[in-house]
Order: sequence, then structure tokens, then C-alpha cells
Amino acid sequence: MMAVVAETKGRGAALVMALYLLFLMLPIYWLLNMSLKTNTEILGAFSLWPKNPTLANYRTILTDPSWYMGYVNSLTYVVMNTVISITVALPAAYAFSRYRFIGDKHLFFWLLTNRMAPAAVFALPFFQLYSSIGLFDTHIAVALAHCLFNVPLAVWILEGFMSGVPREIDETAYIDGYSFPRFFVKIFMPLIASGIGVAAFFCFMFSWVELLLSRTLTSVNAKPIAATMTRTVSASGLDWGVLAAAGILTIIPGALVIWFVRNYIAKGFALGRV
Amino acid sequence: MAQIILENLSHSYLPNPSKDEDWALKPMTLTWEDGGAYALLGSSGCGKSTLLNIISGLLRPSRGRVLFGDRDMTGLSTMERNIAQVFQFPVVYDTMSVRDNLAFPLRNRGLPQDQVAARVAEVAEMIGMRDMLDRRARGLTADAKQKISLGRGMVRQDVNAILFDEPLTVIDPHMKWELRTQLKDLHRRFGHTMIYVTHDQTEALTFADQVVVMYDGRVVQAGTPQALFDAPEHTFVGYFIGSPGMNLMDARIEGATAHIEGVQLPLAHGYGALEGKTQLGIRPEFLRLGTGQEGLPYTIRRIEDVGHHRIVRGHVGKADVNVIVPEGQPIPADANRVLPDPVHAHVYLDDWRVAPSNLERAA
Amino acid sequence: MEKPVNNRAWFLVLPVLLLVAFSAILPLMTVVNYSVQDTFGGNQFFWAGLDWFEEVIHSDRIRAALGRQVLFSAIILAIEIPLGIFVALNMPKKGIWASFCLVLMALPLLIPWNVVGTIWQVFGRVDIGLLGYTLRKLGISYNYVNNAMDAWITVIVMDVWHWTSLVALLCYAGLQSIPDAYYQAAKIDQASRWKVFRYIELPKMQGVLLIAVLLRFMDSFMIYTEPFVVTGGGPGNATTFLSIDLVKMAVGQFDLGPAAAFSLIYFLVILLISFVFYTVMTRQKEGE
Repeated sequence: MMAVVAETKGRGAALVMALYLLFLMLPIYWLLNMSLKTNTEILGAFSLWPKNPTLANYRTILTDPSWYMGYVNSLTYVVMNTVISITVALPAAYAFSRYRFIGDKHLFFWLLTNRMAPAAVFALPFFQLYSSIGLFDTHIAVALAHCLFNVPLAVWILEGFMSGVPREIDETAYIDGYSFPRFFVKIFMPLIASGIGVAAFFCFMFSWVELLLSRTLTSVNAKPIAATMTRTVSASGLDWGVLAAAGILTIIPGALVIWFVRNYIAKGFALGRV
Repeated sequence: MAQIILENLSHSYLPNPSKDEDWALKPMTLTWEDGGAYALLGSSGCGKSTLLNIISGLLRPSRGRVLFGDRDMTGLSTMERNIAQVFQFPVVYDTMSVRDNLAFPLRNRGLPQDQVAARVAEVAEMIGMRDMLDRRARGLTADAKQKISLGRGMVRQDVNAILFDEPLTVIDPHMKWELRTQLKDLHRRFGHTMIYVTHDQTEALTFADQVVVMYDGRVVQAGTPQALFDAPEHTFVGYFIGSPGMNLMDARIEGATAHIEGVQLPLAHGYGALEGKTQLGIRPEFLRLGTGQEGLPYTIRRIEDVGHHRIVRGHVGKADVNVIVPEGQPIPADANRVLPDPVHAHVYLDDWRVAPSNLERAA
Repeated sequence: MEKPVNNRAWFLVLPVLLLVAFSAILPLMTVVNYSVQDTFGGNQFFWAGLDWFEEVIHSDRIRAALGRQVLFSAIILAIEIPLGIFVALNMPKKGIWASFCLVLMALPLLIPWNVVGTIWQVFGRVDIGLLGYTLRKLGISYNYVNNAMDAWITVIVMDVWHWTSLVALLCYAGLQSIPDAYYQAAKIDQASRWKVFRYIELPKMQGVLLIAVLLRFMDSFMIYTEPFVVTGGGPGNATTFLSIDLVKMAVGQFDLGPAAAFSLIYFLVILLISFVFYTVMTRQKEGE
């Protein structure tokens, strides 16, 4: 009955969505269009689609280690960050969702304030900190730096999902003789699986799109793809085709992740709090 | 106000229904008299909410017509039908005060301010919320919210009908009685046509003059509570109405005799020869316990004392059979038979009641 | 049910505490350290008291950047919040089209920020960009490189492109939680489309709107990469927002003392405004 009774949205709505999606897709299409052209064609006659489509730009990137290692570096620290963030956030979120303890509210608020810290404020101190302990230009340095904003976010998201699980479940498990770690891994984590997925999605997202910190903390060995791109622009200046192809390649991991979580996106964006 | 007629109505939620199961409502023709108090009774999923939404115009039927008097309303919106409806779970406008909530339907129709105020005061009195009119609706208990929903349903005086979709589900039992009595009272005072959907027979029987029983997308019987009790047209009605429901035993029917478990029982009427699944239905009120050789062999499982009578639970062959024994009547310790009162026994063929054939009755 | 008091819960919070302390408190202390000292190179530091703070507070340059920042955040909030709500209201409720819209809308959110900048830098160019080229062909003078107004418009349109979907997806999640009975009741009560929005949809979206406003405010107030790639803060200082100015000061000019003082004030301003937003919006919610 639901769908039929619910307001049937008319053509107006479809038109609005079509225009909005067009607005979203047009710039991306333009990048794709350029990535399939040679530089001569890009700078030559203006055309809405490539006249002689070529994959040369992509070949350049995928055969040159200084290019493709950028992707490997980015993915490495993004995955490291996601794993660290979720691992430390899980027990903390459980504590916040289940217990009151001295200073809990202040602690929670203080954690959230870190999400409000501008990366620009931290760029220089981070550089000095990680240089002094010999972690400069390593993946773990970037992964740890990104924890600054991802851990608070993960705690916040997970706490929201965990609060939705009735506390009776915990008590029943303890009565049944489960130890805390076993209960947590065997019973509790499966219950908030979608919450973990959503939190991981957001950690991936914010770590993947961030550039200021990851560029500041790396020079060669852990240099992210995004930084590789900016340097190539400034160095060779006008290799538009390769730049566009590199850009398109950075969109792909995000698109894949979205595809996997598409059924959770709506709830995920509400951070489990609707 | 006018009578509401459903003509050859049927509905499916699927775009291309083919099988029988695809239809949420199977073809039906039904008339709701103006000013009647109806209960629409059935278990969940039988299509009663669908039927209600078709009457109110929230849903357009796949086939058939909805008439108010002689006016075809099938394609008309809820607004044009001028119907009020109260839903199962409370719907209140959180950000408004109780007063604004109650006034909302009236203001939307552009009623003058003084009339709105008068109606709101009247309804607030009725639902017992006069001292809460200026409170925000947010944060009220589910009880209070549902009372506001009921109030919004009743605030308009000129409606063609008021529909209630299991409105008392979230209300606590004590309040249920009170609100139901008030609804009944309201019906007496204003004479609106009221249709009350429920799966609770007590609720249906206390509220309604006419009860419409639905089963599996069909209206199986419509009639007064007494008629539903005396002559259930379908085994579902027999089972659903009454506490406990009607006993049903597989039986072979030959003319005016029923054969059950090898025992021949005389019936009050003749039925001819019946082909298909035949059953004898008899309410627990019309069975007597006995000893000896007369009647059907019966095994008692347990006896429940519910105050003004006792319910004996047991079985005849494989069929569960309950017997109601009035207060003061002894239950023989060695009771091993049940004796039906033939006048109150009914014969069912494939779940539908078979009318006694006049010819054989004469014979 | 009240949560039980259990101070051993601190052990569960400890890993987070250590990690965030390492990556937040330690660097922040460095910043505080710099903010009250002066250096003439080498490792020579001198106590400077609150001089840097005074300098920053009275600096015309930083005041101008703050003004631009506030204006920018105000404009994008004024566009993205209503537009996001509007888009959410028009999204299909369920089915394949809903998934389709969700996936496409989430896409800009997962593009690295400098690539977002690159996309718009290219898109807006009058020689090879679709937008710039089309505008020029239409006879509209547009050049984000040397016209401050055009640069602002480009940066704002880019941010709207980048982030409106976040607001829309949050609102969509809020709308999804409204039971059908509310819409049915509104029909029965003959509420107009506007009243359905005002009295049913908007109240139900209030929680997610709070998240949306906070996130968008915080992130727009910290914006760095995207405008930097497109305009480099120019033309002149036209699109030099606070983060861009801060990085210029700290990394470009190596004015550590003022930069540190600037950082702390910057952080405090964000905290303060977020706190005000939060308080106002939650109080309004409770009041209603």
C-alpha cells in the first residue's frame, strides 16, 4: 500500500532531478572527454566529444611508476587509516553508548572539536612532529595524521548505530557466560555491521579526498596520487590530457566504493541518527 | 451525507495481476448505509486497510466504482470526497500546539476563526484535553497523541464519513473502553457514517451495529453481531467471532444426517448429497457433555474456569472441540461424549455455509 | 533507561584518547609554543607574550581574509541548504531510480579535493573548458583568472557542485523516515503542499539539517585545496580565504609566530560559531 499511497512524484520532480544530475555530471564528463583526446586536439578545435579517441594518456599513467605508485601510496594510507580509525573507535563508541563515566560528555565534545580543526592549522606542526620522530614520508604518518578528523567521526557514527541496539542484548550475552571480547566480536559487531560499513565508508572518503596534510607529510615514497597530479601540472604545465586521465582515475575508487554501499548511502549519510 | 456504495470493486497492488493471489481485494459489491456504525473485522493482511483507503480516496481501485449516493467518486480525491480518517499510529503535527492540531483541518478549509474556535473547544472537551490545548504536541504520550488524531478526525462536522483504521492499538486498555464509548456516543449524537477497522472482535461487537468480516481479500459476511454469531456464513466467521470460536468437524453429510467418526448425527434440516470438503460447525455454547453411548466420542484435555462459565477443551477424533459449561452445571468426571444441539448446527461445504434445502426439510 | 555509571569504561576510550592526543594535542602544543615566541632563525626562541595575537587581531590582511571567509561560508550555506532540501524533495522515493540518483549524487563527494579544483579549473577555462567556452560564445565576458567577481562565482558554483549532494542526501535520509500515514493524514486534513513541507517534512528533517549545517559550515570555513587549485587565492587576494592565507603565512613566508597565533584564533572562531549554531538549532528544536 505504501508506495501507491505515497505522493506520486510527477514530471516536475523528474525534470528537477535530470537538471541537477546534468549539472553534477557535466564537469566530470568534460574531464573524461579531455582524457580521451591528445593535447593537440584539446588545444585545437573545440569539440564536445573526442574526434579520435585515444587511450594514450591512460597508457602514460599506467606504465610510469612515478604516476601509478601515487595510486598505490594513496590507497595504502587510506586503508591503513580506515583500519586504525575503526579499530580504536569501536571500543570507545561502545563506552560512550553504554556507560556514563567521569568526564564522558567533555571527552565526547573534545573529540568532536578535532573534526573542526582546520587542516591548515595542523600542517606545519605535523610536519615537524613526524619529521622529528623519523616518520616523514611514510604511509603510516599520513594514516595517523588523518586520524585527527576520522577517529572523532568514526566514534560519532558508531555511537549512533550502537545506541540503536538494545542494551538487553549485552546483558543476555553476559548472563550466557560470554566474556566481553567474545561478546563484542561474536555478537555485537555483527549487529552493527552496517554501522561499521558506514563508518569505514566515511573514513575512506575523507582520507581519500584530503590533500593538504598528505602532501605536506610526504615527498617521494608515500606521495599520494593527488599530489603527483598537482606537481605535474606545475612542472610540465600543459599536459592536459594526462592530467585529465589522472583525474578520471582518482574518481574510480570512489565510484567503486559508492557502488558497494549504494543501499546504505541514505542511512549512512544520516549517520544512523534518523 | 449519503450512502456509500462499492460496485464490483477489486484492487491489486501489482501492475498486471494474473493469479488469484495477486488481488489484495477480490471483486465485491457492498453498501454502507448513511449514518451506520460499521466495524470492518478481519485478521491482519486480509485487505481491510486497503478497503478503507479506497473509500477515503487515498487509493484508487484497480476495478469497479465507488459511489456516494448516486455520485461516482471513483476518480475523485480525498478532498472532494470530504472524508475524515484516523490512522493506526498517531499522526500529529509535532511543531504545532494541540489547539492548532485540532484546528488544522478546519483552517485548511477556510472556516471563519470563531467557528474554528468553537469546534476546537467542543472536540477538546470530548477527548478530554481541554486543559492541554496550548501544549506543544511534541513530547506528549502516545495516548495523548492518538487522542489528538481522533480529535482531528472528528472536528469537521460536515464529513460524509469518518473512517478509523485500528485507532486504539496504542492506547492502554482502560482508555480504550472510554474512548470507544465516546465514539459510540458521538455516533449517536451526530449520526456520521462511521467505519471502524479492527482485528479485535470485542472492539467490533461493542462499537458497531453492523459488522463486516473480511478474509483473504473477500467480504465473507456482513450483518449484525447477532447474525454473525447465530449463522456464520463462512468457517472463518465462525472461528473468528466467539470465544472460543465455532467447533468444526469433518463430516459426511447425507440428507439430514451427518456422519462423524462413525457416529450418525441427526440434523435439523436436509442438505442433499454434498461433494467436496464438508464440515459440521457448532458453537461451544450449543454442545452438552454426556456419558454413555449417545453422541460423539469426546476426550477432555483440560478445563478452564473463566468466571461466569467454564471452557472444556478436548477433541473428537482429530478435531479440537471446545464446550462451554454454564456456571452451576456439574461436569461429570467420566464425561466421554458430546451432544450437539441440531438446531444450532451448520453444514459447511468448502468453508461456505450450505443453506438447508427446503425440499428435504419438507420431507 | 539511564546508562549505568562505570568508570572502567575509560579503558575502552583509552586507545582513542592516546591516538588523538598524539595527533592533536602534541601539534597543538607546538602551535601554542610558537604563538608566544619569536625567532630569528636557528633554534633561538624568545618569549613574545601576546604580541603575535595582538598583531593578528589588528592585521588588516587577516581581517580581510576573515571577511571573505565569512561571506563565502554565508553564501554557500544560503545556496546549498535550500537547494539540498529542494533536491531531496524531488528525489524518487525508492526503486532503481532512487539508487541511480544516490550513486551519481555521491560521486562528487568522493573526488579528491584537488581534482575537484582541477575539474573546475579546466571546465571554466575560456579556451578549452566547456563552461568558459560556452559563456564566451554566448557573448558573456567571463574570466576567473583576472576578474574577481568571476573567480568568486566559479569558486561558489564549484562548492555548490561539490557539496550540495551531501545536504540533499542527509535530507533525503530524514524524509525517508516519515511514515506514509503522515502524508495520508495531511491529505485527509487537506493540507496544501506548502503546509505538508512546513509542518511534516521540515520538522522531521530538523535533526539532519543540524548535521548538514554544522558539517557544511565547518568544512567551508576550512576550505583550502579546491579554491587554491582553481584561483590560487587570486586574482590579487580576492579568493584568499583563511586557510589559504594561513598556509601562505606559515609555509610561504615562514612567519611562524603570527601563523601560530592566527591558527589558534582561527580554530577558536570555528569552535565558537559551531557552538552557536548547535545551541541555537537545538534550542529551537526543544522549544518547538
